[in-house]
Amino acid sequence: MSGSTEQNASRRTQAESILTEAAHTARSQEVTDTSGAVLRTDKCTIRFGGLIAVNSLDMAVREGEIYGLIGPNGAGKTTVFNLLTGVYEPTEGEIYFQGKRIDSLRPHQIARRGVSRTFQNIRLFPGMTVLENVLTACHIHSRQSLADAVFRTPRFERDEREQREFCLELLKIFGLERFQNEGGTSLPYGNQRRLEIVRALATRPKLLLLDEPAAGMNPAEQEDLIELIRLVRDRFGLTILLVEHNMKVVMGICERIQVLDYGKPIALGLPEEIRNNPKVIEAYLGD
Amino acid sequence: MKFLKRLLVAVVIGLVLYALNLAMSKEGLFGIGVPLYQVDLWKLAGINVILAVSLNLINGFTGQFSIGHVGFMAVGAYSSTFMTVYYTQGLEQSLAGAVGAGVAAAIVFLLVIIVGAIAAAIAGLIVGIPTLRLRGDYLAIATLGFAEIIRIVIVNTNRIGAATGFRGAVDPWPGRVTIPAYTNFLWIGIFDVVTIVIIYNIVNSDTGRALISIREDELAAQAMGVNTTRYKVTAFVISAALAGVAGALYGHWRLPHPADFTFVRSFEIIIMIVLGGMGSITGAVLGALVITFLPELLRQLPGEVYNYRLVIYAALLILIMITRPQGMLGGREIGFNWLKRAQRRPEGDTAVGADKGVPIAERDAPTADHAKEVENR
Ligand SMILES: Nc1ncnc2c1ncn2[C@@H]1O[C@H](COP(=O)(O)OP(=O)(O)O)[C@@H](O)[C@H]1O
Ligand SMILES: [Mg+2]
Repeated sequence: MSGSTEQNASRRTQAESILTEAAHTARSQEVTDTSGAVLRTDKCTIRFGGLIAVNSLDMAVREGEIYGLIGPNGAGKTTVFNLLTGVYEPTEGEIYFQGKRIDSLRPHQIARRGVSRTFQNIRLFPGMTVLENVLTACHIHSRQSLADAVFRTPRFERDEREQREFCLELLKIFGLERFQNEGGTSLPYGNQRRLEIVRALATRPKLLLLDEPAAGMNPAEQEDLIELIRLVRDRFGLTILLVEHNMKVVMGICERIQVLDYGKPIALGLPEEIRNNPKVIEAYLGD
Repeated sequence: MKFLKRLLVAVVIGLVLYALNLAMSKEGLFGIGVPLYQVDLWKLAGINVILAVSLNLINGFTGQFSIGHVGFMAVGAYSSTFMTVYYTQGLEQSLAGAVGAGVAAAIVFLLVIIVGAIAAAIAGLIVGIPTLRLRGDYLAIATLGFAEIIRIVIVNTNRIGAATGFRGAVDPWPGRVTIPAYTNFLWIGIFDVVTIVIIYNIVNSDTGRALISIREDELAAQAMGVNTTRYKVTAFVISAALAGVAGALYGHWRLPHPADFTFVRSFEIIIMIVLGGMGSITGAVLGALVITFLPELLRQLPGEVYNYRLVIYAALLILIMITRPQGMLGGREIGFNWLKRAQRRPEGDTAVGADKGVPIAERDAPTADHAKEVENR
């Protein structure tokens, strides 16, 4: 995968090179990471009152893989995402990203470390256009200060132009650039999901968390999405953690799959192993 | 080139304001004068524009609900007049010898306006940091409480006139006996323009997008790396500083009095931005004008109807809010294209929408090969 990007080096666009660079930094840092995983949770637990939503979860996501997290409704998958992105702090246990603890960081700090996400219930910025939604996510990498903005300095103009070009390139990959001036939430459902992925990519993440990205999509859109997820992973050297209900999508795209049931990890393995695992079948049939 | 254009626009605006100011002075402009009563109204309207446009940054764009704006105005009014009464007289006299009385007064006034802005900004920081962890109603109550505290401190501070209002130095302190009446329409007009340009430039920038993202979806904003607490405080500080400017202008015109800074005034400013359309700069301007002039227009009502002017005023406000729940402009902007054009880079695009939003830099279709690949697949 890195070979193919090198071949195309001369044709690489700005968006690509920025994202690959980010991922490359991730890779070199990972060498020093003794656990060998870019993301690792250690006996991660969270309780809501009496309910244990995530129970002693051990997870190790490797650099560059597409890792699936599945389980029946209410198994705690979205809660895992909320733990990883700092929305919740684990009651017990630890979370490491690139070898550094992140479980007590605030969400924006984790985003700055290179973890970005989409939401199960789409959370685009309703009052913004498609382009503005994506531009907002460039915030971390913005090089304009408040004073630059107030006085409209050349640095402001340059930064705005570069961000826009970067965002339009990303939108183009997802075939959304012609909707750039439309309201983000006025797009059809499938495109809103894709826009959320674009927005997440605009933060230039190393790890991308996708919460049921295929939900509400028709089979053709799902096919397209699978291709796109692979494409961005390969082009930008991302690591992807995917929560998905749709088995066709999960089996079609994930390289390793972990199964949660009532907050507890019950299985981990390759797609074929998971498909034939009696515990998994039982959990799903009992749902 | 761009700089020249900006300069040209600034000069034209300056000249227009200068002419208006002359028309509003006692001498009048080529014999055309505005009646004194109307002059006062226009000045008040101008100050209200600063207050409404600045509050809009917090309430309209960042989506936080502050009802303590008058507190920042009070800080600006009292801190600046305190300076002119007790400290700047000597400076002004020595400057007057070198550059003339008029310029000396202008320099001193600009200085104390900046003092008022900084004092209010510090107040904004002090209020902002602890209270911005609060949301919605709680934040509103905290800001209301802050403004009342400011007012009560003023009422109990003899050196700034306490409950009787601040006119000038109080025995036995030396200083000016009356606050100098520096403020005229030119000053107010200039700071109207400055306020509008600052807020416009902030809103249409990375900072502005961060602020708006907090309003639109705070959780998603955080997930995209926006430090929401920091940006809320930023909005508070900028907004407070501009309210401080409005206070300084007001203080050197009407002489500050605690009764001018009650929560009723805060509500008035909120009504301006709600009426004009939250999150619209031109809406805030419009709202400020309507709320300043509408009650005065209703005073012209004849005979019996006159007695019902307050009822009619309230009914009109309700009517506007029923027909336009989003406010008169509902988050959109009007008539800003000239300003946008003044800021365009020469090779710039023409795809500037009339509605709100960042101007879009159209560029030649990015020749990303992989995008074609995706499309052709
Ligand atoms: N903030 C919360 N407070 C209380 N309970 C919660 C909270 N968030 C999630 N839960 C509970 O945790 C469990 C796991 O939910 P969730 O992670 O959304 O499941 P999934 O995404 O796997 O469908 C559910 O029983 C849900 O009700
Ligand atoms: Mg879920």
